[in-house]
Amino acid sequence: MQIARSHVLICGGTGCLSNNSMKLKDRLEEKLAELGIKDEIKIIMTGCFGLCAEGPIVVVYPEGSMYSRVSLKDIDTIAEEHLLKGRIVENLLITNRGEAYDEEGHQVENTDFFKRQKRVALRNCGRIDPENIDEYIAYDGYKALGKVLSEMTPQEVIDVVSASGLRGRGGAGFPTGKKWTFAAASKGDVKYVACNADEGDPGAFMDRSVLEGDPHSVLEAMAIAGYATGAHQGYIYVRAEYPTAVRRLNIAIKQAREYGLLGKNIFDSGFDFDIEIRLGAGAFVCGEETALMNSIEGKRGEPRPRPPFPAVKGIFGKPSMLNNVETYANICPIILNGAEWFASMGTEKSKGTKVFAVGGNINNTGLVEIEMGTPLREVIYDIGGGIPDGKKFKAAQTGGPSGGCIPASLIDTPMTYDDLSAIGSMMGSGGLIVMDEDNCMVDIAKFFLGFTVDESCGKCPPCRIGTKRMLEILEKITDGRGELEDIDKLEKLAKNIKASALCGLGQTAPNPILSTLRYFRDEYIAHVVDKKCPAGVCKKLIQIKINKDLCKSCGICAKTCPVACIRGEKKVPYEIDQTKCLKCGACLEKCPFKAIYKES
Amino acid sequence: MKSLAELAELRQKSLDKMNMRNTDTRERIVVGMATCGIAAGARPVMNTFVEEVNKRHLGDVSVGMTGCMGMCALEPMVDVYDADGTKTTYIHMTPEKAKRVVAEHIVNGQPVEEFTITAKDQNNA
Ligand SMILES: Cc1cc2nc3c(=O)[nH]c(=O)nc-3n(C[C@H](O)[C@H](O)[C@H](O)COP(=O)(O)O)c2cc1C
Ligand code: FES
Repeated sequence: MQIARSHVLICGGTGCLSNNSMKLKDRLEEKLAELGIKDEIKIIMTGCFGLCAEGPIVVVYPEGSMYSRVSLKDIDTIAEEHLLKGRIVENLLITNRGEAYDEEGHQVENTDFFKRQKRVALRNCGRIDPENIDEYIAYDGYKALGKVLSEMTPQEVIDVVSASGLRGRGGAGFPTGKKWTFAAASKGDVKYVACNADEGDPGAFMDRSVLEGDPHSVLEAMAIAGYATGAHQGYIYVRAEYPTAVRRLNIAIKQAREYGLLGKNIFDSGFDFDIEIRLGAGAFVCGEETALMNSIEGKRGEPRPRPPFPAVKGIFGKPSMLNNVETYANICPIILNGAEWFASMGTEKSKGTKVFAVGGNINNTGLVEIEMGTPLREVIYDIGGGIPDGKKFKAAQTGGPSGGCIPASLIDTPMTYDDLSAIGSMMGSGGLIVMDEDNCMVDIAKFFLGFTVDESCGKCPPCRIGTKRMLEILEKITDGRGELEDIDKLEKLAKNIKASALCGLGQTAPNPILSTLRYFRDEYIAHVVDKKCPAGVCKKLIQIKINKDLCKSCGICAKTCPVACIRGEKKVPYEIDQTKCLKCGACLEKCPFKAIYKES
Repeated sequence: MKSLAELAELRQKSLDKMNMRNTDTRERIVVGMATCGIAAGARPVMNTFVEEVNKRHLGDVSVGMTGCMGMCALEPMVDVYDADGTKTTYIHMTPEKAKRVVAEHIVNGQPVEEFTITAKDQNNA
């Protein structure tokens, strides 16, 4: 086979796959055959590029031209123009918003979105074919494992990880080197290492993207962790709702075994290590380390009391070490480039980079990896492209249902473990939900509480009963039945649950309430005292009305209304029957004269 | 796979196939691949460049293509951009000429004067 003169990378991340990127591949193959240049062009399906909102993403090398929102018709054009004739299709390029096309600006690395990022954990996502181990090896894959097994003692490996300052990326931010030290020190001839790929935080998809885009980086790091702590078996606990990630992990494990990079006597060092996948059913609590270990053993995913800690008594009662996917994804670069290199990024207590899954009311929904300590403002405006429709930024939620919000007044907060906890939010695993002026903060707290009530495993009363009571109070407030003392009751309950729940789920469940109360207490008070929802979200507190002066009696609203509660006739302004109105807002969007409005 | 040497060998082999995805290159070879270029035989020229660059492990050299350069009579045309941005334009290229350009210009840093567009102008003058 001939050497390709051009590589076409098509995003095979879940975001783009659901935008039909697989069909693009098939179509491109057909088209290239038709044009007679099939042998000259190589098509590669990659992992997520991070710009999921602009997907499907297609990148053509050697030019490095990044095309966005590529349709089947567009792929034909790219084949005919760019691949056949060498003419970059300018109008399909992802250019810096508002800026004219320039020679370099269209290259992946030069877009605003990528320029400000620092990619360590995501180093290979969107650059390699995750189903081909050779491509991983080309970018220094398995070199760290080779180095560790041939040149370093387990203690030296742990020393490097400790010196790097790496902290767990799964939420709690525990120093990884310390965790490895405890597991290594624990006595026992059978030990385990495990990878937490449960990713239960709603809106988060960093771990999925790493597994889909670069599965070998996790396998290699787990083998290194096994060597450092004295384990020969690894488990990856991944939710069954991530079929692409699971499929690529299975392919990766198979390829690594074929090359002898997993299995017996790796690199002729005498070290044996293998990995198995365990599928989770997608319960939030199974991301908690002790519940996860129960689930790996085939038991109910319920947390166990600690101590004993997993380092002493973990999976099947044996010493075990659990890290998050992204934590593992940082290990190989640390081994290869040294602890100082890693520690030179970030701040004193938060080293390295962090991946965030940015969602909500933001232009560039997607995945970004930034140096720790980058201010939130930069993430939202410079990388994220700001808030759509010129709306005002109101708050960002990090840490999902365990976390808290960062209000607009604190938008310059550096994103570090300590700065975020100081303001009542948290680093969390990397979900970052952006909210604009149209979001009601009481409603947001209610959303997360609803989630924790559903996901509480029920084992301990503070969590099972307490979260339910808090949710009831929130419902009372958003329904307009709240009293001032409810707010005090909420605060008291929140503090008690935090102090008494068995596991992290219950202990952190009150956080969204406490942090919204801290920064948006006036919104709670508006709901309780004035019976108003300032953002116009809580349905029981708003009315949808028609402005008589603007109404042209066109009747579109009446046709749109799903419950037929709008009536009127020609020349007479229409009216909404408030007793039947569902407040769905469908008419409001459809009215061509903007005569319909919400009133709180 | 049993040794670091074996891994390094496989790494080099795979990397050679992927160098194209590196956009910080020392030198860029750009082949005119519009209808005029293709009709005049640009495709085998392009493929020769790709093969030669690969054979010699010139990882930091990219081979790209561009549209019509506006002088269709001189096709196949090829521009070589050196690291400092200097551009050399070669005309009436063939696979054999491409091999010489790689060996003399890219590897040894000596543009092949006789194939360049300036050589033609001087001949006509
Ligand atoms: C309710 C709950 C859910 C959690 N979910 C996850 C998760 O989905 N993924 C994850 O890596 N860690 C999750 N954690 C944190 C884990 O318990 C554990 O701290 C982490 O996986 C350790 O890895 P790290 O040190 O590399 O961060 C969760 C914790 C709690 C209390
Ligand atoms: S899935 Fe394609 S860019 Fe994220």
